[in-house]
Amino acid sequence: MKFEEILSQHKPALVKKWFHLVLRTYPEETATFLKNENDPFANPVGATIFKGIEDLFDGLIKEGNHKQISSFLDRIIHIRAVQEFTPAQALSFIFMLKKVIRDELKKEFKEKELFDEFLTFESKIDELALAAFNRYVECREKVFELRANEVKNRYSGLVRRLNRIPKTPEEKTKSKSYKK
Amino acid sequence: MSELDGVPKPEELLKIDYQPPRKGWMDTPVNFKPGTYNYPAASKNHKILELPFPREWSPMEEDWKLPENWKEIVVNGIAERLSKYRSFKVFMDICVRCGACADKCHFFLGSGDPKNMPVLRAELLRSIYRKEFTAAGKVLGKLAGGRELTPTVIKEWFYYFYQCTECRRCSVFCPYGIDTAEITMIGRELLYLLGLGINWALEPAAKCFMTGNHLGVYPHTLKDTLEFFADDIEDITGVRVEIPLNKKGADILFVTPSGDYFADPGTFTCMGYLILFHELGLNYTWSTYASEGGNFGLFTSHEMIKRLNAKIYAEAKRLGVKWILGGECGHMWRVIHQYMDTMNGPADFLQEPVSPITGTKFENAKSTKMVHIMEFTADLIKHNKLKLDPSRNDKLKVTFHDSCNPARAMGIFEEPRYVIRNVCKEFYDMPENTIKEKTFCCAGGAGLGNDENMEMRLRGGLPRGNAVKYVQEKHGVNRLACMCAIDRATLVPLCDYWAPGVQVTGIHEMVANALVLKGEKERETDLRGEPLKELEE
Repeated sequence: MKFEEILSQHKPALVKKWFHLVLRTYPEETATFLKNENDPFANPVGATIFKGIEDLFDGLIKEGNHKQISSFLDRIIHIRAVQEFTPAQALSFIFMLKKVIRDELKKEFKEKELFDEFLTFESKIDELALAAFNRYVECREKVFELRANEVKNRYSGLVRRLNRIPKTPEEKTKSKSYKK
Repeated sequence: MSELDGVPKPEELLKIDYQPPRKGWMDTPVNFKPGTYNYPAASKNHKILELPFPREWSPMEEDWKLPENWKEIVVNGIAERLSKYRSFKVFMDICVRCGACADKCHFFLGSGDPKNMPVLRAELLRSIYRKEFTAAGKVLGKLAGGRELTPTVIKEWFYYFYQCTECRRCSVFCPYGIDTAEITMIGRELLYLLGLGINWALEPAAKCFMTGNHLGVYPHTLKDTLEFFADDIEDITGVRVEIPLNKKGADILFVTPSGDYFADPGTFTCMGYLILFHELGLNYTWSTYASEGGNFGLFTSHEMIKRLNAKIYAEAKRLGVKWILGGECGHMWRVIHQYMDTMNGPADFLQEPVSPITGTKFENAKSTKMVHIMEFTADLIKHNKLKLDPSRNDKLKVTFHDSCNPARAMGIFEEPRYVIRNVCKEFYDMPENTIKEKTFCCAGGAGLGNDENMEMRLRGGLPRGNAVKYVQEKHGVNRLACMCAIDRATLVPLCDYWAPGVQVTGIHEMVANALVLKGEKERETDLRGEPLKELEE
């Protein structure tokens, strides 16, 4: 059996374990809720993380293209980039997949002499981590851009008004507001 | 010594435990991290409003410069409010911690912080109530859910009572009807007794007290601003609208939040009102003193609500109008609908509102004499009084965000949807458990809509953003309509982060785009000055 097939076969158990590890980064009361509520609108964080890591798992074993994998990463990172985490904690979820696979399948890979493939796969997880780092920084930059935009929006109307103030005598005779 | 000293070795890295330490909520202190809290109110604003202990202080510093007898002040403050507000007393005693509210708060859903569960937010205050005011709590302390009042508790209050937007979604699910917003309101009142407030709420309140509106806009500036809108409208439609200001003997006084005439995209909604009223030939007036519908007193104290709201009836009386029409605002309608009558009324000098165009009696406003513009416009459309060309909004695929206060404090669900469906062709509601009385907050109301609090706003805005994203992906929605000035400001970054590509609009902006005016020229652009047909990038 090929390396990817073994992973595929164990997918439900691996994704579940991965999910539970990610949930452990939240306080206990929160983790219980995130795990048990299935409605994606009542529990957007839990639902997004579960769907996200499931898609990431598929993307990793099916040689998905980079753009697709980036979009799977995107949703989880958007959330964790604004939650109460340090940057390392926010991205720790990627490395948890290593732990899950090592705990569950390392022995099997050794027995079946698939250790080289295992190491290659771990390198793919490392690449994923680098891609996640890019996305994380983009999200953080976005937060600060939004702060700056807030301030600009407050004054955009004023700027429009300033631009309307007639500057030449011709403009003054044209402007209805300034006739008075 | 290598420069890598102190960096964990590879084998140590593998030992990292990502799990947060297990501690009870009472033992988990607050971490003030930039981006997640609001700046304190400037002392000048405390002085203007004659609030106690004005001073400069910072949440990031250890010493908050509390008054010497701060504990006595807080305990007396709680006692006074327990005797004054029966609801507060009931809310302190009645909670059975069933957990129905726990997962209903947008800040909890987005942040994952258990202290944002409404039950726990209330517990921050309830634990002190138990320790100071119940026999069991006095004797048994922690065993009976009580705890000592310490400066750490005060810091926790400041952090979490300003992480509640008073949206009241949790109260919809509470079997006892406990209204956490009211607990937050009391919590904030107690903090103000110690001179602890936030500037984004107190500065607008102070300006409102001085000039009548949150922005401190003086009469001549308001006049100028509206005249500029008239210029823009003339450029776009070819029709010059009049700006009636302080017109004595007008039929109707129009009151709207200052956000409508100050900040984009609210300004386009304001232009929408001017166009609609012109087309109807309405005998109405603006007031340069009641130049604000919003009331940041609601986010400060009960007394402040009353002080700031008094101008609306005072101006209605001075100008001799028959009744009052109110614009697209959120929390203004909670104040009007649930407080104004008893706080500032009775408005027995006004008449029961009747639409001069359709003759409809607004019986629901019999007592306050103030009508919501969405009821007014829906009634006009129902009676076929407006000539509408919805194709002018063809580039829009619209969804509607029920603003918390009109939805939960007024129950106004169908009128805005009816109006939207009549002015544009494509409208898609978000999922049922995210709209109407279960609507998710924008996470920037109740004074929290400032830029320094952006990260927390994005956390709290996640549930709403998630639902917007869903209709964006499913139906190609590109406009989020709302009828609240705070929403029009706060949903912009929310969409930009959680559902990029979706823009925010007021409803009367869309109404005015679709409204065919007598004598208008062919329209090439919408009120934003953007081409009518193709989508802007």
